[in-house]
Amino acid sequence: MKKLGRTGQGYLLNTIIIVLLFTAAQLVTAAFGGEGSFKLVLVPSIWQCCYLMILAASLNLVLGFLGQLSLGHCGFMAVGAYTAALLSLACERAELFKDKEGVVFILVLFACVLAAGILSALIGLLVGIPALRLKGDYLAIITLGFGMIIINIINNLPFCGQDGLAQGSAAASLYKNGLGFGTKSKVEFLWAALLVTIVSVTLMFMFVRSKYGRAIRAIRDDEIAAAASGINTSYYKVLTFVYSAFFAGVAGALYSCANATLSTSSFAFTNGGILNSTFIVVMVVLGGMGSITGSVTAAVIMFFINYQIKNGSWVDSLPAAVQAVFQYPMLVYAIVLIVVIMFRPRGIFGSYEFSLINLKRELKAALERRAAAKAERKEARSNG
Amino acid sequence: MSTFIQTLIVGIRLGSVYALVALGYTMVYGIIRLINFAHGDFIMVGGYTMIFTVPVALALGLPAWAAVAAAAVVCALVGMGTELIAYRPVRKKGNNMTALITAIAMSLFLENLAQAIPAIGPNPKVASQIFAPGGIEIGSVTMEYTTIFTIIISAVVMLLLYWFTQRTRMGRAMRCVAEDKAAATLMGINVNNTILLTFAIGSGLAAVAALMYMAQYPRIYTTMGSLLGLKAFVSAVLGGIGIIPGAVLGGVVIGLVESFTTSYISSSMADTFVFLILIIVLVLKPAGIMGKNVGEKV
Repeated sequence: MKKLGRTGQGYLLNTIIIVLLFTAAQLVTAAFGGEGSFKLVLVPSIWQCCYLMILAASLNLVLGFLGQLSLGHCGFMAVGAYTAALLSLACERAELFKDKEGVVFILVLFACVLAAGILSALIGLLVGIPALRLKGDYLAIITLGFGMIIINIINNLPFCGQDGLAQGSAAASLYKNGLGFGTKSKVEFLWAALLVTIVSVTLMFMFVRSKYGRAIRAIRDDEIAAAASGINTSYYKVLTFVYSAFFAGVAGALYSCANATLSTSSFAFTNGGILNSTFIVVMVVLGGMGSITGSVTAAVIMFFINYQIKNGSWVDSLPAAVQAVFQYPMLVYAIVLIVVIMFRPRGIFGSYEFSLINLKRELKAALERRAAAKAERKEARSNG
Repeated sequence: MSTFIQTLIVGIRLGSVYALVALGYTMVYGIIRLINFAHGDFIMVGGYTMIFTVPVALALGLPAWAAVAAAAVVCALVGMGTELIAYRPVRKKGNNMTALITAIAMSLFLENLAQAIPAIGPNPKVASQIFAPGGIEIGSVTMEYTTIFTIIISAVVMLLLYWFTQRTRMGRAMRCVAEDKAAATLMGINVNNTILLTFAIGSGLAAVAALMYMAQYPRIYTTMGSLLGLKAFVSAVLGGIGIIPGAVLGGVVIGLVESFTTSYISSSMADTFVFLILIIVLVLKPAGIMGKNVGEKV
């Protein structure tokens, strides 16, 4: 057998740890899954965290690594969500599965997730080819425009318009027949959400570390220099955009699993809810533009803040004025965003990536740095 | 035929509102190369100010539209505050991307702050009548007074603005800073004050636009500025961003596109067509209709 290089060892180590954690999660679910707050609070939260993580990481590919601001990310998510929902409803009507049971349903579930990603990626290609000829402000506004067009078109499609899946009895049918999981199914299929998230984040992480990742970082740092070094800038830009759209679609599919109803207004650019393109930008900026670790962490942090602001019992003990502010979570996020940009534009992690195989070395280095700083201070004291 | 002319008139009226807002975008973009996403929300600020000032103006025996003066002052103050508190510190430290994200954050902040203020709240408010009801009938076409006033007031404001930027010292300073900041500093222009003035004027124009908008759609809500602002931005890009006559041209074009789509194709698809136009223009001629293509310097 060929000896593994350092990268290979890293991948092996990560795989082992992930498999262990995944099994542990399975065991925990099996042990506590039946009832109580685990079923009612924790599992739905994990579902939400899962798609938020994928969304944040996928936007980070474009925003952090490619250095282009895309404001239409929720449009791709909407495409994914509607694709998955419609496909699952179609399968249900064709009587491929019943009551979310059996192997066939699991196959359908993954087929839906995949189809959602692929359709999003196709739309991302359509959007990306014209849009990525522009950059900076123009790209931001054109992706914003595309996001709105996508929502507008979905609204006007006869089979998934505002009355199709959003309101009334049709909404209930998604819950009962299609993908929309109740709390019980959420526990049952928690492994699927975790699996999809792990695979997605891993694929994105590998993309960033590959030669493609190096190429797009070169484009971010200096486009002209990158082009002069023989990088086909438009090819790599579109590729990244499509790759990012694919995972936004996957996140959308998970979203349609986790929610009983779909409504285009929840994917619009400005809405009071948690899911809009700006919120994803907040997550990416908070975590650090250019760090997948940061995006994943920030998704969890932001979800937690959002949850606490809305449901935390400590909110009741706050003064009335603060409570009034908390009624409008986006106000809090806007302030968070401005403060982060002003005082720590690099976000929490900057471009740092967490790595198991380097952990020991990094810890050692950090300890040494601290010891050195201490020694220096001591010396300064004894001299002064 | 009468439908056509009616649609044309509606288009021009819509277009003049977009043009007024687009002027604010274009002036700020011209001078600091930043899409001021919060500009749409200045319209909202103006609208809500007028909700409170119109009754005062009526009580003083003035016409309702006189309330716009107070709104313009409030908007200008909010605009200057935004520049001082958020944009200037970020501009000093960060790059284009961080400035743009700050602008988006400011927009969200203003929208949600308005909702959190008890006197405003999340529910829409109904504005009182601004201009006299009714209109003039010419043949089978009705020209409402609101439409006439909207078009006249915007034309006057735009001409004033053009005169200001072309003929006055401050206007010249503004164009100077837009062209070359370093050179402007060397010529003894206070760049920061000029930028502040640009924000004040742009935001004041937003208040005038709010008046027009209220005259037509007497419903004020906290997110009213976001879509209006976006379309106005599209107008500015369409005409060539940074160019004042371009913004007016773009505004009228977008207004016409919207009114014709609404009356001939489908009202729910109007926004799609507006953004399609933007995309087509950006792909074919990124500098806009009146802009010049400038090569990139290495």
